[in-house]
Order: sequence, then structure tokens, then C-alpha cells
Amino acid sequence: MTSNAARERILAKIRGGLGHADDSADERREAARGYITAHDRHLIPARASLPRPELIAQFKGFLEGQAATVVVVEGPSAVPGAVARYLADSKLPPRIRSGVDPWLAALPWSEAASLVVLKGPADPADTAGLSHAQAGIGETGTLVLASGADNPVTLTFLPETHVIVVAEDDIVGCMEDAFDLVRARFGTGQLPRTLNLVSGASRTADIGGRIVIGAHGPRRLAVVIVRDARGT
Amino acid sequence: MHPSTPQFKSNSRTALADPQLQRALSGLPTGLVAQRAAARERLPEFEPLRDVGRDVRNHALANLDSYLEAYEAKAKSEGAQVHWASTAAEARAIILDICRQADARLVTKGKSMISEEIALNAHLIEAGLEVVETDLGEYILQIRDEAPSHIVAPVIHLTQDQVEADFRRVHTGLAPDRVLEHPAQLVDEARTLLRDKFISADVGITGANFLIAETGSSIIVTNEGNGDLTQSLAKVHVVLASIDKVLPTLEDAATVLRLLARSATGQEITSYTTFSTGPRRAGDPDGPKAYHVVLLDNGRSELLAGPLREVLRCIRCAACMNHCPVYNAVGGHAYGWVYPGPIGAVMTPALIGIKKGGNLPNASTFCGRCEAVCPMKIPLPKLMRHWREVEFETGDLPAMYRRSLKAWAFLARRPRLYHLANRFAAPILATLGGSKRHIRKLPFVGAWTRHRDLAAPQGRTFQQLWAEAQKGAPR
Repeated sequence: MTSNAARERILAKIRGGLGHADDSADERREAARGYITAHDRHLIPARASLPRPELIAQFKGFLEGQAATVVVVEGPSAVPGAVARYLADSKLPPRIRSGVDPWLAALPWSEAASLVVLKGPADPADTAGLSHAQAGIGETGTLVLASGADNPVTLTFLPETHVIVVAEDDIVGCMEDAFDLVRARFGTGQLPRTLNLVSGASRTADIGGRIVIGAHGPRRLAVVIVRDARGT
Repeated sequence: MHPSTPQFKSNSRTALADPQLQRALSGLPTGLVAQRAAARERLPEFEPLRDVGRDVRNHALANLDSYLEAYEAKAKSEGAQVHWASTAAEARAIILDICRQADARLVTKGKSMISEEIALNAHLIEAGLEVVETDLGEYILQIRDEAPSHIVAPVIHLTQDQVEADFRRVHTGLAPDRVLEHPAQLVDEARTLLRDKFISADVGITGANFLIAETGSSIIVTNEGNGDLTQSLAKVHVVLASIDKVLPTLEDAATVLRLLARSATGQEITSYTTFSTGPRRAGDPDGPKAYHVVLLDNGRSELLAGPLREVLRCIRCAACMNHCPVYNAVGGHAYGWVYPGPIGAVMTPALIGIKKGGNLPNASTFCGRCEAVCPMKIPLPKLMRHWREVEFETGDLPAMYRRSLKAWAFLARRPRLYHLANRFAAPILATLGGSKRHIRKLPFVGAWTRHRDLAAPQGRTFQQLWAEAQKGAPR
């Protein structure tokens, strides 16, 4: 059977199984479109609407619970130094790769003189990747990354160390808030090719049920929260 | 995969007598079960969220045709190539064809239960392709030539020592005296070996936890990151998804995601949740050049039409098997096919037939824990009972079993006779129970009393006590 014949057959079986008459299809399509356009929110846990300081603390707490290192810096100009320091503290080479994210590019990298910032998608030889998150989610301690030339998706998974920079002002309450930010940037119904929700380092519990950090993705996740990211 | 489900009873006997398996399974109550309980404790809205999750999935299923069409149209407009397959054979043929079109030699795979259901690996390997499972658990199964025994933790039946022995047996290029004492050393060894596979793969195949109609996206929910390496580094990404996976909106996904990781591993959310939409775009420096989605029915449309529709709400978290006394005793392989535990007891007869799968809905004490923990509130005992009725009606029962059921039904439909029989049996059982009120051995039900004692009645029936109490009670 061709894929198209299978399509007709499956859809007909579904309609028959649901007990819908053939002539109701247009009406029901319209209703489905209405539901999608409305994209109403459902029950959101109260912890997503904590006062800002508590929400940020919760965001940090969940990430640290998932083996991430969280660093808070006062202002964008402190980011290069914090990245260089984290790599040095982790005994890693002073090299990191990022995409062409304009916000990251505008940071004063020359102030961290020893740090080499490579550009482009991840190379298997890269030891660390650097990304700029679209948003953080306070409810679960999650970073929202949009793939593309600015922040290539391979940087999130291939290097052994991943550093994600997020503006404190971009930390929202719940996943739904983050989706609204993405809709505002990409358009309603549009997502970047991959939207990656990252909530910790790579891990597995497959061997004897014991958690091991660093399965196939990064062994280390560092999150740099930038205060007053747009203030200066 | 050839089902050994008809041999469930002998499979179970073997499993119960296997000390290694019993040791591996003994970690469940303090592991996944305790972790889920802790996650539930941390989120006051967990129980109300189950109701909302159930409603979200019910709405999607009640309008499945419309949302599948909407999903397909949106995914295509984002550059996805969408294929439809009625059967496992059609899905296998479509995927092999995609691999051939891509001149593929090496295929990497993320964890996908429906790829097990359609026995995809064997088909691709037979056609000359190298297929590498990249989820650590699935990789271990592949080198052992075994099926998963759990839908989330596929090697839960193995101990660390067994994995070490397998790695020493298969990874022959490495120093034989290397130290593999800690799980991390085993993980590192697999990680190093699989890196090259990710990078040189032609086709990467993943499953999908959900499909989103609003954005035309597929979602994978993982902790290891192997699924993302599989789909980001291969030239072609193939998503294999059953038709019941579609959700209308991102908000619907958010609700279901709040329940999934907590129910599965007790995490607030997994390390990675990835929404993928179409192939590499203009200006993208990485990602697959082609993105295919294979939508598989394989019996789902029949389930939708019948009394088992609610099972399609399943989000494959495995809470039902983690909490099941039968699964905890015998593990997943005894069930003999792809889906073990209570969800397997409902799905398996639907997918391989009641004749082969009939043992599974009978392998339940109906204790109800599966339904009590199911994030989608699927009434699993009710659905297993449905299969028992079907089995009785279609006559696939052993004569002895059928006669016993008939005798019981005869009695149960005649209240006076039933009470009389009880009045006769209760004192005998009470005498057999002795002072401890436990019967250790009973004729005709030896299989039952071999593994547990039967609590003996007190000697008089409830009806007798009730009648006396009524007589003595003031009017």
C-alpha cells in the first residue's frame, strides 16, 4: 500500500472509530483550528508565580540539583571573565566555541585575554560550547535554547562542557511563559528548527540504577545568570 | 520479535528462580517508585494535573483525525516529509526506502519502543545496514541480543556485573585488565565508542514522545543526550511515531510534560526536552538535511474504535509496571513481547492477538496500583478485565479453567445456594486454618498456596453475622 493510500485508510478508520459522519469533517477541522489558535493554558503550578527573588532561587536550586554549576554575574561585561574562570576552575583548556549570537558577540571578550572564542557549529575536538538562552524557566530550572547560526544545536550536545548564558530578566515562571516569548520572536505557531529545553547535565541510570553524570551529552553544565543584562 | 507471551507461566517460573534477576528487580521500590513518590510530594498540584492531563489526551484522541491532519499540514509546510503506515511491514519498508535513498550505510538510533514493536533493527540489518543503538541501555541490549525488559529503563533486569562482563566480551580492542568497577567507567567506555558512530551516521532514527499540531514538531524527552546527537549529526533524521502521539498545542504539551518525568523517574523534568521542526534551514550551520516522519497505525485505530480507547492516553512513563507486584516479581522479559507490566497486559493482546497474548491480562491481582499511579488515569484493571471477558467468550481457555469459571458463575447467580455453600465451607476452612487462621495448603489450589498462605475465615459467614446483628439490633 502506498503511503497516500495508507493515509486515507487510517484517517477513514479513525473517523469511523470515533463515530463521525463524513460530512462533519469540515466543521470538526474548524473546531480543531479554533482550539489550536486559542492555545489556552491549563493548570499551572503555583511555584511558577513565586516572587522574583524566590523564583530565581528556585531556578538555581533545581539546576544545581541536576549537577549544574550556576554563576550569577552583575552585568554583561562580567560574562567573559566568569566563563574564563569557570573553565580554569574546571581545569579545562581556555577555549570555547559559540555561534554568531549578536548579544554574545557584543560582550567584551578581549577583557578575558587568555580565552579563545571559536565560532561556528561544534567540532568533535571542541572541549566547551557556549550558548545564549532565549529564556529560563523558574518552575523547573530549565534553559530554553533556539537552534540556528546564532546558537548552533551541536554546541548543546557535542562538547563535554556546555556553558549557557541567560539574562536574569529572561527567566520566566513556567514553560507556557517561555513558549509565549518564543512565539513573540518567531511568530505564532513557529518554532526554531530545534527548541531545546535543557535542565541539567547529561545523565543515565541504566547501569544498576545508579545515576552517572555525563552519558552522551555534556558532562558539565554551567549556567551564567546575568543581572541587569540590558541596563547598561 | 517473536512473542514468548504464550509461555508466560514458564517464563515466570524461570524468572522467579533467577537470583541475578531478582537482585536487579529488588531496587525498584527504593528506586523509581520512591523517586516518583518524592516528586509527587514536591508538587501540590500533581493530583489535579492528572485530571487535566487525562482531559487533554482525551480531547486530542476524540479529534485525532483533525489534529493529525493539522499536524501533517504544518509539518510539511516546515519541510518535513510525512509518511503514513498502516502496518509494521509498511513502516519498515518506508524506513528502509529512506535509508536507501540516502545511500546509507550506518544508522544510529535513539530509544524507540515502536521500533521494537515493528522489529525495525532486524529488517535494516538484513538489508545490509549497520544499525547502532545509542541509548546506553539499548546499546547494552544490542550487544546482548536481548529485548528491553522495561519501557523507560530497558536494562533494569541486569546488574552492573553483567554489563561489565558484556563489555569485556564485546569491546575486544581495549586493554583486558582495564578497571571497570564503577558504573561511570562503563558509561565512559560506551560513550567513547559511540562518539564516532554519531559523527559518521548517515541516518538517525528516533521515536517521538509527542507530536504537536500547532507547530508541526516532534518531541523527544531524554536524559542522556544520545537522541539529540542522533538527530543532529546524521544527514537524515527519521522520526517514527504512532498516530496517537499528537497533541494540539504547546500548552497541551506543557501539561503532559509536567506529568511524564515525575511519573517515570521522579525528575521535575528530564535533562533534555527537544522540539524538532523540519530539516536544517537556510543559514543553519548544523542539523539534518532531511527530516522524515513515519506515522504508524499498527492497530491504534482499532483501539480508538473499541472499549479499550482509554489505553491510547498512555504516555509511556512506566509507572504502572514500576508499581505492579507481578512486574516486580517476574520482570519484563516474562511478558514475552515489547510492552510489559499492566500497560503491556492491555496493549499486547491488541497487537499480537488474544490467543497469543491472553496470559497477560490474567497475570494481575487487580490490586489497582497501576490505575492509582497512572498519570493519565487509565483504568488498567478495567481494561484487563475486558480482555478476560473476550478470552472467555472466544473460547481460548483451558477446559478445566472454563469449567471452574462456569461452576463459580452458576453458584454466584443463585444467592441462596451461594450462601448455603459458604455456610458449609466457612467452618471447614476455619478448622483447617487452626489457631493461626492461616491455611498453608489447600487441595485444587496448590499453585496459589505454594507461594502464600490463605487467610482462613472465622467459621461463620458475613450473612450469618449480619442476620444475628439485625435480630439483636433495636428497631
